[in-house]
Amino acid sequence: MDKPLTERIDACGGLVDMAAFEAAEGYATARRAVTEMTPQEIQEIVKEANLRGRGGAGFPTGVKWGFVPKDEHAGAGHKYLVCNADEMEPGTFKDRYLMEYDPHMLIEGMIIGAFAIQADKAYVFLRGEYHESYRLLNNAIAEAKAKGYLGEGIFGSSFDLELAVHRSAGRYICGEETALLNALEGKRAQPRTKPPFPPASGAWGRPTIVNNVETLCNVPAILQNGAEWFQDLGLGEDAGTKIYGVSGRVNNPGLWELPMGTTIREIIEQHAGGMQDGYELRGILPGGASTEFLIEEHFDLPMEYGTIQAAGSRMGTGTMILMDDSICPVDMSRNLQHFFAQESCGFCTPCREGLPWLEQLLLDIEEGRGQPGDLELLETNASLIGAPGNTFCLHATGAIEPLASALKYFREDFEAHIRDGRCPQAGH
Amino acid sequence: MSELDLIQTLSHEEIQAIEIEIAHLPDRASAAIDALLIVQEHRGWVSDESLDAIARLLEMSPADLDSIATFYNLIYRKPVGRHVIMVCDSVSCYVMGCDKLCRQMEDKLGVKMGQTTPDDRFTLLPIVCLGACDRAPVMQIDEELIGPVAGDQLDQVLGRFE
Ligand SMILES: Cc1cc2nc3c(=O)[nH]c(=O)nc-3n(C[C@H](O)[C@H](O)[C@H](O)COP(=O)(O)O)c2cc1C
Ligand code: SF4
Ligand code: FES
Repeated sequence: MDKPLTERIDACGGLVDMAAFEAAEGYATARRAVTEMTPQEIQEIVKEANLRGRGGAGFPTGVKWGFVPKDEHAGAGHKYLVCNADEMEPGTFKDRYLMEYDPHMLIEGMIIGAFAIQADKAYVFLRGEYHESYRLLNNAIAEAKAKGYLGEGIFGSSFDLELAVHRSAGRYICGEETALLNALEGKRAQPRTKPPFPPASGAWGRPTIVNNVETLCNVPAILQNGAEWFQDLGLGEDAGTKIYGVSGRVNNPGLWELPMGTTIREIIEQHAGGMQDGYELRGILPGGASTEFLIEEHFDLPMEYGTIQAAGSRMGTGTMILMDDSICPVDMSRNLQHFFAQESCGFCTPCREGLPWLEQLLLDIEEGRGQPGDLELLETNASLIGAPGNTFCLHATGAIEPLASALKYFREDFEAHIRDGRCPQAGH
Repeated sequence: MSELDLIQTLSHEEIQAIEIEIAHLPDRASAAIDALLIVQEHRGWVSDESLDAIARLLEMSPADLDSIATFYNLIYRKPVGRHVIMVCDSVSCYVMGCDKLCRQMEDKLGVKMGQTTPDDRFTLLPIVCLGACDRAPVMQIDEELIGPVAGDQLDQVLGRFE
């Protein structure tokens, strides 16, 4: 099975350094792209390959790149490529892995991406706690610069590209791409009004593309092997491989690069080794904290964008969080709302005021102070806060996804708390 | 603040590191977050005095800079201990028992989340998902990621951080 993202890591048994990367044809594709191809050709291949964003929303990457204006007069100013390496979605740990084991793969992807949109400046927007990633990326950038792969006239062409790492100072909202741009500009990370979208007006008001780490890491292999090869990697409607992950009470939590469209059950049973003895699986958040719960009836579905959406959830980041039978769904919902309430940027009222209010109500129910009517109250407020358009960005929508689905699938647990005035699992 | 005061408040090294960041950016104020992190790395936290000096270096108002500093959770506007312990309380770690780990850490150190031990050795903070959910429950001490953390290893782990 082809594993374009991780085969070098597996072969090296750890960090892929510059020598190992180049021995495995690393940077050969970037060199060919910059010296022999046109930006338009690259965009077409990525479009044809049907590479979709791995940051959560699944937007087609080639289409996004096509939104960058091409007809600007010379000297109009910078264009930017920004790699979103903020990775703060709870349950998600895939981008860290790629950066800490194969940093040159990301740099090569960024060189090709930058050339394809004719960006002369690129940034990795890195979450502040990723100290090891910061060191490794900076080393790798210095090595690439020394070889003439970054800087002025890269690979002997007339194309210049400067790449720098921006360390974030924390806050989940920095991952939202317009908030990210404010943070990159040194400001408070509040989301911006859309439109204008970043490809038209992004960092410092200039055309900007924001792409996830895993998205960009896919680009070199697509160019090297062709769009058709990439499409054929997927088992179903989506192309390529995906870094899937499992956390929770399984025997072997971790990450695996598998064909896009591998079923949930195969990922949990075969790769994560199934549940630990004495624990039963009740539900999963398929792609991070801001995705809806799925339950047993969904486990034979393939993990691909359209299918998971049709099942009422989102593939999100593809790293799933498992809820076993020792966990109280009410208390887990409280934990999730605590995260979203704390991480609200505070700009708009339903999110800033509503999420802490939901967290408090969930705490009351969990601790046996729930009243008849509280579930209806939760539902009404969840639908008001969660409806896209009622808040300024999708943070609040994401916050409501796990809650609304918990109310749907684990309703009896919520009702028992209110009826009995206590958590049935208290003391566990 | 005069030029001399600025030099006295921020070290030559700090100013140089901040200027390197500014060189990557279209204007000085864009380096606000980098500058705060750099000064914090040298001093452990960002005092009012440091904040004023950074604002001056970046040609922006201290009030604007403080509104940025207080927005981000990794910028400390109060002194912290010699070592900062961050215990992940997000959902994968929750499933694997972080609530218990948080209580154990509070008991062990004799402080609540958000507080510093009286000997200034440790500051204990909650943190959101550290991106190491396969190792849950996870914590990070200074720059070191530790996980999965078992309750009976705490003394040994903490002992490595004087
Ligand atoms: C609240 C919020 C947080 C987000 N956090 C991240 C993140 O940490 N990493 C990421 O790549 N995308 C994140 N996104 C998605 C980005 O806004 C954006 O869609 C993505 O970076 C685009 O890259 P892609 O097309 O390559 O997926 C977040 C979105 C929202 C609404
Ligand atoms: S929805 Fe929440 S995070 Fe988004 S702008 Fe409003 S307050 Fe900020
Ligand atoms: S939830 Fe704790 S490291 Fe991800």
